Amino acid sequence: MSDPVFLRPLTAPDADKGQAVVFGPDRALLLDSGRSLAPWTIAYKTYGTLNAARSNAVLICHALTGDQFVASSHPVTGKPGWWEIMVGPGKPIDTNRLFVISSNVIGGCMGSSGPAETDPATGETYGLSFPLITIRDMVRAQAMLIDHLGIDKLLSVIGGSMGGMQALQWAVSYPERVVSAMPIACAARHSAQNIAFHEVGRQAIMADPDWYGGSYYSRGTQPSKGLAVARMAAHITYLSEPALQRKFGRTLQNKGGISFLFAPDFQVESYLHHQGMSFVDRFDANSYLYITRAMDYFDLAADHGGILAEAFRGAKTRFCIISFSSDWLFPTAENKRVAHAINAAAGNVSFVDIKSDRGHDAFLLDEPEMFATVRGFLNSVAVSEGVA
Amino acid sequence: MMALRPDLAAIAEMIPKGARVLDVGCGDGALLEHLSQTKNVDGRGLELSQHNVNACVARGLSVIQGDADTDLGEYPSQVFDLVILSQTIQATWEPKTVLGHLLRIGRHVVISFPNFGHWKVRLSLLAHGRMPRTQTLADEWYDTPNIHLCTIADFVDLTQTCGAEIEQALALTPEGTTRSMEARAWLPNLLAEGAIFVLRANNMGSGI
Repeated sequence: MSDPVFLRPLTAPDADKGQAVVFGPDRALLLDSGRSLAPWTIAYKTYGTLNAARSNAVLICHALTGDQFVASSHPVTGKPGWWEIMVGPGKPIDTNRLFVISSNVIGGCMGSSGPAETDPATGETYGLSFPLITIRDMVRAQAMLIDHLGIDKLLSVIGGSMGGMQALQWAVSYPERVVSAMPIACAARHSAQNIAFHEVGRQAIMADPDWYGGSYYSRGTQPSKGLAVARMAAHITYLSEPALQRKFGRTLQNKGGISFLFAPDFQVESYLHHQGMSFVDRFDANSYLYITRAMDYFDLAADHGGILAEAFRGAKTRFCIISFSSDWLFPTAENKRVAHAINAAAGNVSFVDIKSDRGHDAFLLDEPEMFATVRGFLNSVAVSEGVA
Repeated sequence: MMALRPDLAAIAEMIPKGARVLDVGCGDGALLEHLSQTKNVDGRGLELSQHNVNACVARGLSVIQGDADTDLGEYPSQVFDLVILSQTIQATWEPKTVLGHLLRIGRHVVISFPNFGHWKVRLSLLAHGRMPRTQTLADEWYDTPNIHLCTIADFVDLTQTCGAEIEQALALTPEGTTRSMEARAWLPNLLAEGAIFVLRANNMGSGI
């Protein structure tokens, strides 16, 4: 175990960077593409204490631009953890009771092997020579981390959005190791519309002259404008029309009126600009390409003869699926489709749709009904597994 | 634990320990919770109201939001020991299809419903010439969820149409007391305010 390596210098030198495991050449990570990674690194962070029976471990999987800093401040931005509202002592995912593990996905840029890291074979930054990865590859890497930590079974695998895809993949890939899974605001496949939005983001990055075919690292640049546009377009899909209307409406930045210029006139424009610009300070553009691609490739049914229920045949995992009524990126119907497929395979599944106008982002926000669901479900799983 | 609604308590009495149970229209999960705590059943629920579903899941029950009329087709055959449908069949659009699915999904089906053949109902219609309103059927005709009311005799006919065998038939009072009845006789159809039937599909053979 060692400190994870970061692409950019940390703004806070004393920041908690979490931990990392380096797997040597004898422990290669085999990838769906047929390629493999060796040696490779997975960076992670834990919260709470593993009990003597090793039965209270919960894995939290992060979304597209998330990281292992679920419930502690981000070492680059200094901002609170992305799910502090959900994870911590006395929180719905209670670290007084549970041992929470969260790792940075393979392909990411917070210490795990990814395009911004150095290729040990060449001593150069990987860039686009990093192999394409899939959600299943991310999960395979996490399973090796869990092995390394000496944990056989996970009490729960929990995640929203791309994290939910990983939770589903975990239950399908390692059914005997996953007691319960909570896929939140996700789907068993990426839809055509979602792939389309991702392609807009990728094209924006690749159209930036500072991208240099992915090898911008040695030039001391990064495709900030392209990455910011990608983030802006994506951010719209995380909200909802009513939420945007409620938050911004047509309110102008300058009370004096419109400027008859292309500078941001509307508050919603400034907001998006801010979202774009603050994102490039903490995220690698190539990582964005790789991870969006992994999401696009995700289709659980395709791996099982096109029949989703087949993916869950014989599953002993208890599932709890949560969707949000105004999420149009991963709509209620897509979440429900997964619940029905698990049902059709005679699996054990709960399905909760939460009424909210905050769109896809709702899973990161203060949604009391989500908290009650997570708390109730986890408690019932913990009790049935004898976790005190 | 809150006291169970009398008709649900009567059903709970009939469920064997450790059974695998699907409660269709499980409401706030009171019966499922009771069964899991007192009889160690492996329980699942299907419930129309999302509000109720969320409450069930927060209580640690395995429940999904869905509609008995449209979503029972998703369930595989013969995976539950018992399927329960309490006070709901009269509110479905297609009772015959629903009953068919229940018999397919469960080895046994426990079903309860208000008896529209009860003497008070008959007398009310005869005396007032208006749609009867009773203790168990309290809504006005235009806002009742009960769109397919039936009598015990009607229901017995439906079980035959669906190829179901009646394993047990009980008369049910609003207070939840039950007594065994001869479902095909005319008197129980006049005297029972409600009924609980235990059915099984008779084309499956006893081995299933």
